[in-house]
This record gives sequence, C-alpha cells and structure tokens, in this order.
Amino acid sequence: MDPQSLLQWLYDTPVGTAIRENGTLFPWIESVHVLAITLVVGSISIVDLRLLGIASKGRAVSRLTAEVLPFTWVAFVVAATTGGLLFSSNAVKYAHNTFFLAKMALLVVAFANMMVFHVITSRGIERWDTSPHTPPAARRAGGGSLLLWMAVIVVGRWIGFTMSAF
Amino acid sequence: MSLHAFCEWLAQTPLSLMIQNVSWIIPAVQSIHILCIAIVISAVFMVDLRLLGVLGRDQPTAAYTSRFLTWIWPTLVVLLLTGSILITGEPARSLENPAFQTKMVLLILAMVTTAVLQRPTLKDPAFWELSTGRRISAGALAVLSLALWVGIVFAGRWIAYMNTAGE
Repeated sequence: MDPQSLLQWLYDTPVGTAIRENGTLFPWIESVHVLAITLVVGSISIVDLRLLGIASKGRAVSRLTAEVLPFTWVAFVVAATTGGLLFSSNAVKYAHNTFFLAKMALLVVAFANMMVFHVITSRGIERWDTSPHTPPAARRAGGGSLLLWMAVIVVGRWIGFTMSAF
Repeated sequence: MSLHAFCEWLAQTPLSLMIQNVSWIIPAVQSIHILCIAIVISAVFMVDLRLLGVLGRDQPTAAYTSRFLTWIWPTLVVLLLTGSILITGEPARSLENPAFQTKMVLLILAMVTTAVLQRPTLKDPAFWELSTGRRISAGALAVLSLALWVGIVFAGRWIAYMNTAGE
C-alpha cells in the first residue's frame, strides 16, 4: 500500500470520519491533546532545568527523573494517541502540512537527544548525580531538550493556522 | 457602555488593528501562552500530586510547595499579558464567548485555591503536615486545584469552537 492510499484509508476509517463529521469530537480530543502536551513539556522542563543546573539543585538527578519521567511518559502516550485521532480526521492534509511535518521531525530529534542522554551521558551519573554542577554533555542534553520541546509547541500551534477548515 | 460596544470600540483601536493585520502575531502569542500554561500546569501537578502522596513521599510537602508554587505567580503575569494581547486582537471572539467567560471564572477560583494552599506555607513550610485534618484538607485542595486547572485548559481550547461573535 503506498503512503497516499494509506492516508486515504485512515481518512475513511469510521474513527476518522466520526471525528471529522461530529461537531464536538474534535475540540474534545484536541483539549485532551493540549493538556497532555503541556504536561509533557512542563514535566520534561523540570528535568531539563535540573540538568542545566538552574532548578531543583537539591534533588539528585536520578531521583528527579525517576519521579517525574513516568508522568511524562503517560502524558506522552495520551498526547500521541489523541494526536493520532486528530490526524486520522484529515490524514491527507496533515501529511502535507509543513508545520505538521516539522513537528514530527522535532519529535524524532527530541527522542534521539533523550536516547543519547540515557544511553551515553548518564553512564557516569554517580559522579555528578547529587551535584548542582552537571557535566557539559548533560547540560547540552537539557538545553537541547528544552528548546526542542518549546519548538514542538510553537509549530504545533501553527498547524491550526495553516490547515483550512474541513 | 455594554460589553458588545466595548468589544467593537476595542476592535477599532490601532493596536487591535495591527494584531488583526499581522498574521503571525496571534499564533506567536498563543504559542507563548501555551508554553506558560505548560509551566503553570506542571508546577500545579507536582505540588498537588505530592500533597496527595502520589509522588515524592521521601521528601516533605514543604519541599514541593517551595520549589514549584513559586513558579506559578510570575508565569501567570506573562499569561495575563499574552492573554490581553489575544483579547485586544479579537475582543468579541473572546470577551463575549461563553468558553472564555467560563475560563475566567475557573481562573479566579484556581488562583484563590492556589493562594489558600500557599499562604500558610510561607510562614510555616510544614503547615499542611502538622495534623491529619490538615493533610486531608490539603489533599482536598489539591484535587480541587487539579480539576480547576484542567478545566482552564479545556475552556481555553473551546474558545475557538464557541465563537458566538459570528466573525
């Protein structure tokens, strides 16, 4: 199945059709999507600011991530699910929207940044876990993450302004 | 002056006309507005979930109220500023909108709830831990606060869909 017909199939699914044709489903799902994204970005920022040595300096990095990131992941799953539902309502158009594509690209980079931190940077974490001064690689991960997630919100907001009504 | 007349007057001011005519202003200001909501709602969640005992039980609630509640008020100032710009650009779409009006009522209630939670901790950081009664009160305030802030996000998004101004 080529991408175009896959998008068209998604558009024609009962779920996609219902969200497109029912007047209140879209705003309800979108509200949950916005709530979930604000929780993803806000909770990740708590960790990012710790990695940058700006906030929560009295809390060990490992403690803070263990406490905050599970909520981030729950919120992310909700954001991705509701995002998928919104996408299905107008799949072909979203797939050709520059800001939507930019948002997906930013998510991939944010994910890569996170993986580099967890797999490589956090290896020697015992040495700086409780210190307010984090190594340059950790600060780069925190600063990069902060900027990437802020950009996700900005391009996300722009999707709504560049998609004409159904 | 009626609300409607005020909206019509505001929409004709040079500042409002500029916001209406420069297409990137509204989405840019909305982006900042949402980023600030991310800060406030996450700070509120951290404090409320601690008060409910969902996270950070190895630390006193005071550590959470002092770390996170302090972020709320300065961020609210930015939210009021960006919100005012959005209102100036689209007065009738916001001020005359039931979703917007609901959001403002919820906002006032959320601010009062936050102040009630925060005030006693400024004098005595351990205030909410001193008795079972206080712990239960804090938990109730936490649930109320969570519900109000979630309601604010929902009402905010619904502004775009309950536009009665017929623009």
